[in-house]
Amino acid sequence: MGINYIYPEFEVIRDTTRCIACRVCERQCANEVHRYDEDLGMMTADDSKCVDCHRCVSLCPTRALHIEKSRHTFRENANWTGDKITEIYRQASTGGVLLSSMGNPQNIPVYWDKMLINASQVTNPPIDPLREPMETKTTLGAKPRTIQRDQDGKIIDNRSPRLTLNTPIMFSAMSYGSISYNAHASLARAARELGIYYNTGEGGLHKDFYEYGPNTIVQVASGRFGVHKEYLETAAAIEIKMGQGAKPGIGGHLPGAKIVGDVSATRMIPEGSDAISPAPHHDIYSIEDLRQLVFSLKEATEYKKPIIVKIAAVHNIAAIASGIARSGADMIAIDGFRGGTGAAPTRIRDNVGIPIELALASVDTRLREEGIRGDVSLLAAGSIRCASDVVKAIALGADACYIGTGALIALGCHVCRTCHTGKCNWGIATQRPDLVKRLNPDIGSQRLVNLVRAWDHEIKEMMGGMGINSIEALRGNRLMLRGIGLTQKELDILGIMHAGE
Amino acid sequence: MKKVYVNEEWCLGCHLCEYNCAFANSGLSDMAKLKGKTITPNIRVEEGDKICFAVNCRHCDDPICVKSCIAGALSKSPDGVVEINKDKCVGCFTCVLVCPFGCVRPDEQGVISKCELCTKNAVGEPNCVKGCPNHAIVYEER
Amino acid sequence: MKKEGEIRIPAGCAISSIFSKNGKNICGDRIVNSMRVMHDRSNGLGAGYAGYGIYPQYKDYYAFHIFYDHTKAREECEQFLEMHFDIINLSKIPVKKTPAITDEPLIWRYFVAPLPTKLAESQLDEKEFVVRCCIRINTQITGAYIFSSGKNMGVFKAVGYPEDVGEFYRLDEYEGYCWTAHGRYPTNTPGWWGGAHPFAMLDMSVVHNGEISSYDANRRYIEMFGYKCTLLTDTEVITYIIDYLTRREKLTMEETAQIIAAPFWSTIATKSPEERARLEYLRDTFASLLITGPFSILVGFDGGLMALNDRLKLRSMVVGEKDDMVYIASEECAIRVIEPELDKLWSPKGGEAVIVRLNGGVK
Repeated sequence: MGINYIYPEFEVIRDTTRCIACRVCERQCANEVHRYDEDLGMMTADDSKCVDCHRCVSLCPTRALHIEKSRHTFRENANWTGDKITEIYRQASTGGVLLSSMGNPQNIPVYWDKMLINASQVTNPPIDPLREPMETKTTLGAKPRTIQRDQDGKIIDNRSPRLTLNTPIMFSAMSYGSISYNAHASLARAARELGIYYNTGEGGLHKDFYEYGPNTIVQVASGRFGVHKEYLETAAAIEIKMGQGAKPGIGGHLPGAKIVGDVSATRMIPEGSDAISPAPHHDIYSIEDLRQLVFSLKEATEYKKPIIVKIAAVHNIAAIASGIARSGADMIAIDGFRGGTGAAPTRIRDNVGIPIELALASVDTRLREEGIRGDVSLLAAGSIRCASDVVKAIALGADACYIGTGALIALGCHVCRTCHTGKCNWGIATQRPDLVKRLNPDIGSQRLVNLVRAWDHEIKEMMGGMGINSIEALRGNRLMLRGIGLTQKELDILGIMHAGE
Repeated sequence: MKKVYVNEEWCLGCHLCEYNCAFANSGLSDMAKLKGKTITPNIRVEEGDKICFAVNCRHCDDPICVKSCIAGALSKSPDGVVEINKDKCVGCFTCVLVCPFGCVRPDEQGVISKCELCTKNAVGEPNCVKGCPNHAIVYEER
Repeated sequence: MKKEGEIRIPAGCAISSIFSKNGKNICGDRIVNSMRVMHDRSNGLGAGYAGYGIYPQYKDYYAFHIFYDHTKAREECEQFLEMHFDIINLSKIPVKKTPAITDEPLIWRYFVAPLPTKLAESQLDEKEFVVRCCIRINTQITGAYIFSSGKNMGVFKAVGYPEDVGEFYRLDEYEGYCWTAHGRYPTNTPGWWGGAHPFAMLDMSVVHNGEISSYDANRRYIEMFGYKCTLLTDTEVITYIIDYLTRREKLTMEETAQIIAAPFWSTIATKSPEERARLEYLRDTFASLLITGPFSILVGFDGGLMALNDRLKLRSMVVGEKDDMVYIASEECAIRVIEPELDKLWSPKGGEAVIVRLNGGVK
């Protein structure tokens, strides 16, 4: 076994005066951290296996457990941090690419936290959402370019297909395979109850969930897994996934071990075979190819479904978005570099792409400069963490936001970032039946409904404070934002003034 | 009547219900005080190869335990709860033998103990249901 | 302190208007008297009037009212006008000096028609041609500002209280079938003549009392269609929105009102299927032109007048009627002072457009 270079990252702290050895921690830990020692007559823990997911902490009936970051340190070094050293040990022993999950955790500015929201005083009254109507209903889709009338002068409805949301929040793409059946069931049921949409991701749509079609966005990704006529026809909208914020420029890889049973059938690939999504779509090497796919999908669905193109936020995002807006797509989803993932190479996740705030602002500005902002709806994704993030995103110019990680947290995820191990103790990012059943969709869907309703209330409170009583009057209303602690360049890109100006 | 039902689809076999039951009926102020004690809960998790579920008194419409009680210690309350009067129990354990679900058991004092839906302890409603992390145990009218 | 155009300017205000449905001539002093009683709703940093039917002798020509900061701007501007328009008449606008109005710019008036060759060359329709020329002058000639550009109508505005501005422009010497007026209470401008209201574009003029909360959403959307909001006032963006919807999208005033003060979704849901579809279409298609926050606006246009409140009616506005006359003002007193005996007096609901038109042309 040689030398063990890596000291455990976490310590399981057990208050032995409170532990009653009920062994729920042992039974609930898929990482096999806890063990009842017959000889000692007490619970023991193997810290090295702990991923800090808090399943044991949450279920311990006497609150005898908590997890601490290990106090073990390397000699302090601002350059060679413990993480960097440990990663080298890891790679030196395996020769492999480091894998991570969820979104970029690095300490790079979160611009949401550097923007402040306005409120009305004196010259303009704030509006109380409990007393006055406050509208967050949102319609997505291209706006007609011209008004047409019939012989009687009546306006002809020449709008392209649309999505209507009761609140400007949707659940972002997470495939069946990367997350569990019960996680999908929770998302689908919550989307229907909330009058919003969830997104299948690229893993196809399980037969059981066809009934949620009117609240489903299906994805067509580079691997084309699970794509067939009925799949497209069942959905409310179709999303072409060009990229993902967590891993721009690379494809996906769901290991064969997870391609079991229904996952295999839903993806339409043999059991046990790796599901590899190529980095590019091999029929899209340029923008004109994308246009062809957009229209192929529109043809296939008789122009009844809006088409979304999802891209990762990268350096040249404004020009790319402009190209997409002219491709016939009805919506552009932009996924910032903090967007989550079931698995991504750590270096890619932590170093590739740009923040959604800057990407969204520059895309919205660019589309307006070109006079084509009405041709597409903009969906912002990539770490929308709370209602004020939604408000800020919409004020920057988004039509609606996708939430992924936030939704998983509502389902119980503790952002331990080990989805790629497939041993999610919360029954979310796993296919192990004994773990999957830990997520009861009755509970899961209700928690999602609660979350989105709570955010909707908060959005309305903030809108009311600004004297705005309809979400469309907030859209692109950048005067409602001020920067704090930002450089002029950052302010210019965000298109906002500094606080105090 | 409202009863405790178990949906094995969602039972995780975590056994928390057993401890929540034991605590509710212990009269202790803190669950941590169960430390070192052997618990004898009125709900038990049955585990098989791929299945697990908790079992407690079904509060049968026509309870055989009540019929078989030689001391009149067991009775069906107007609400339908199969109740036990521990003062009357003589510890013959006939009820333990006849219960088809194995839900009556001798307690530490030599009399019998069974689920009374937490109607006689400080919790007031089934504590196994309250503490179930996955809504596998529910208390409802069916 | 930042000047107009450099910073957004919220303002409280007084508005008033008089309209004769039979097209009778109304003397300008009546609207001045109406505004006089609402003195306290202004703070002396801007007031103005728009009169319709006031230039019958030049009714086929665009009447440009222009502020010049200096002679050089006038020379440059006139050079531009001569290159693009046939100038039928030009003169200083007659004013009466009063101690209440100071620092006046040079104020000139031109009656013009586009040069047919230039118009053809531009491939634009005539109105669009005129609009673009005005925007060009306002944005590119330093010190020149066209503040009125319609036919048979004119805007008169200045820094001062409404009654003083009316006297300054000698409005008692003008007659028209419709007058609108505005007294301004801006909160962060030193006061600039061009920034006073009404704000006009061709024959449409807007006076507005309120502070809209949707401003930047509206501005950033409307600027996609070639408009440039240079003053950063609500009135400017509202004017552009109405111009865009009525002139460019050819929507009716009623439809326009249903877009900028769109009914709530819950209200739309109660309508008949056909009406619901129509209202949904308008609201969805022009979502970014919905105006929220308090406003009461008076929109003067060729042959008509529209009054509109925000959806929640966060600003006062009352309508009075007497025979063929319609009076609309921020306060009832502003109506009573010029017409004590009214047939009808009422307060329009939030989002309910009051639209009056000439019965059969001007008398």
